[in-house]
Amino acid sequence: MIAQNIGFWIIATVMIFAALRVVTTNNVVHAALWLVVVLAGAAAQYILLAAEFVAVTQVLVYIGAVMVLFLFGTMLTRAKIGTESDLNNSYKKLGIPVALVMLVAMGVALVSSFGDEKLPQTATVVSTQEISDQIFGPYLLPFWALSFVLLAAVVGAIVLARKD
Amino acid sequence: MIGLLAEVPYWGQSLLRVLGGLVAVLLPAGTIVYVFLFKMMSFMQSRLGPMEAGPYGSMQLFAEVGKWLQKEDIVPDRADARIFKMAPIIVLVSTFLLVVVVPFGPDAWFTDFETGVFYALAVSSVSVLGILIAGWSSANKYSLLGGLRAAGQLIAYELPMVLAVMGVVIQAGTMNLQKIVVAQNTGSMFGIDAIGHPYVISQFFGFIIFMIAIQAELTQAPFDMPIAESELVSGYMTEYSGFRFLIFFIGEFATAGVFAMIASVLFLGGWGVPFTWFGWTSIDDVANWMNFAGPLIMFTKMMLLVFFIMWIRFSYPRLREDQLQKFAWKGLIPVALLNIMVTSILKVVF
Repeated sequence: MIAQNIGFWIIATVMIFAALRVVTTNNVVHAALWLVVVLAGAAAQYILLAAEFVAVTQVLVYIGAVMVLFLFGTMLTRAKIGTESDLNNSYKKLGIPVALVMLVAMGVALVSSFGDEKLPQTATVVSTQEISDQIFGPYLLPFWALSFVLLAAVVGAIVLARKD
Repeated sequence: MIGLLAEVPYWGQSLLRVLGGLVAVLLPAGTIVYVFLFKMMSFMQSRLGPMEAGPYGSMQLFAEVGKWLQKEDIVPDRADARIFKMAPIIVLVSTFLLVVVVPFGPDAWFTDFETGVFYALAVSSVSVLGILIAGWSSANKYSLLGGLRAAGQLIAYELPMVLAVMGVVIQAGTMNLQKIVVAQNTGSMFGIDAIGHPYVISQFFGFIIFMIAIQAELTQAPFDMPIAESELVSGYMTEYSGFRFLIFFIGEFATAGVFAMIASVLFLGGWGVPFTWFGWTSIDDVANWMNFAGPLIMFTKMMLLVFFIMWIRFSYPRLREDQLQKFAWKGLIPVALLNIMVTSILKVVF
């Protein structure tokens, strides 16, 4: 077992524990902070895979922006200190099968597409330049499509927020 | 550091890196507090500042640290104790993570990160998290308001900061901070290579936007709405005392130092001198003594930039919340976008 594998299992255990705490904790802000641990763990896994650009993007987008906005929103509206009793609702039981189906679907997709394939032991770091060449070359059309989706989201947010 | 320490075993290198990181964060922070906060502010206000502890009060900081460490560690009764205690540490850790990518000499770096600039911007946004939960967990309305103001401000000014850096990245053609230093010191302007090509000249607007944005990111006046003492007592720091306040305090000035270092790397040529002065053509030719002179050059540039930050801090009154947001979204961001457009057009043309 090489060092990266040991690292993977330690980080994965922490991530699973944190993910369980996200749904079992009795406080919204605590749940959000456990989610930060999960997302940071994902970033650490990317680093283990020598995908540093993806890892940094994960930190910038999810921890630096999404989670901050999430906490900002909850603190502005309803975050109480201490335990809250009304966090669970009737959809709780529906969530478990949905999560299981997702797990099976993703597991099957991973195994069927990669099988026993292994990453090369001496993985080379893909440089940022290569990533940008890919984005602005063969993947230009999906990239544009994504930016239209984001533009639509921004316009939608403005429409929802405007009073007049 | 690799070249210098090739014979040192890995654990020894790691230990040296940790020690180097501590020095690189704490030494600038202490110097900034003494030189600017204690002395410069006093002189600007026609007073002497601390004079008793040590010659010219130079030991004042140690006295202050001793005082803070002796204080009782108070957690408010209704606060969320665990998160309350965690918050200042998140802020300080993000500063330590930030210094990791800053190069101090041809071989004197902590890690040669290919996406250095991007990493620095990402990690600097983590401190917002610490400030937000500090404000929330204090169970105090002033603290919560301060935390929310801080988050709103830091998010708003992170954008112009990222966009301003983009111009530098386009010009240098790399996100590696070490390569940005080399690109500036080997470059030339209009065929003259006497002072290299510091990007402060060709990216002047980027530099100004970046400096304004870090002034706001550091919540220094005139952007100190989050800790506005006449409105919010002390914002998100209100309930903190003793060594937890000390951690926030160190974090504030250490981050000022590290941001100034990053600004000097991006715009002033970092640790380097123009390579033509000594007949070097690439980073491999750079003499070994630059590993010792480099950090000093870097420190000088950092002090110069922090001087400007502090000068503005002590000179201007606080902006109002709506002015502050308008300034970022309607002023800085459009100018920064225009700067990126012009830079990329010129990059393609030349």
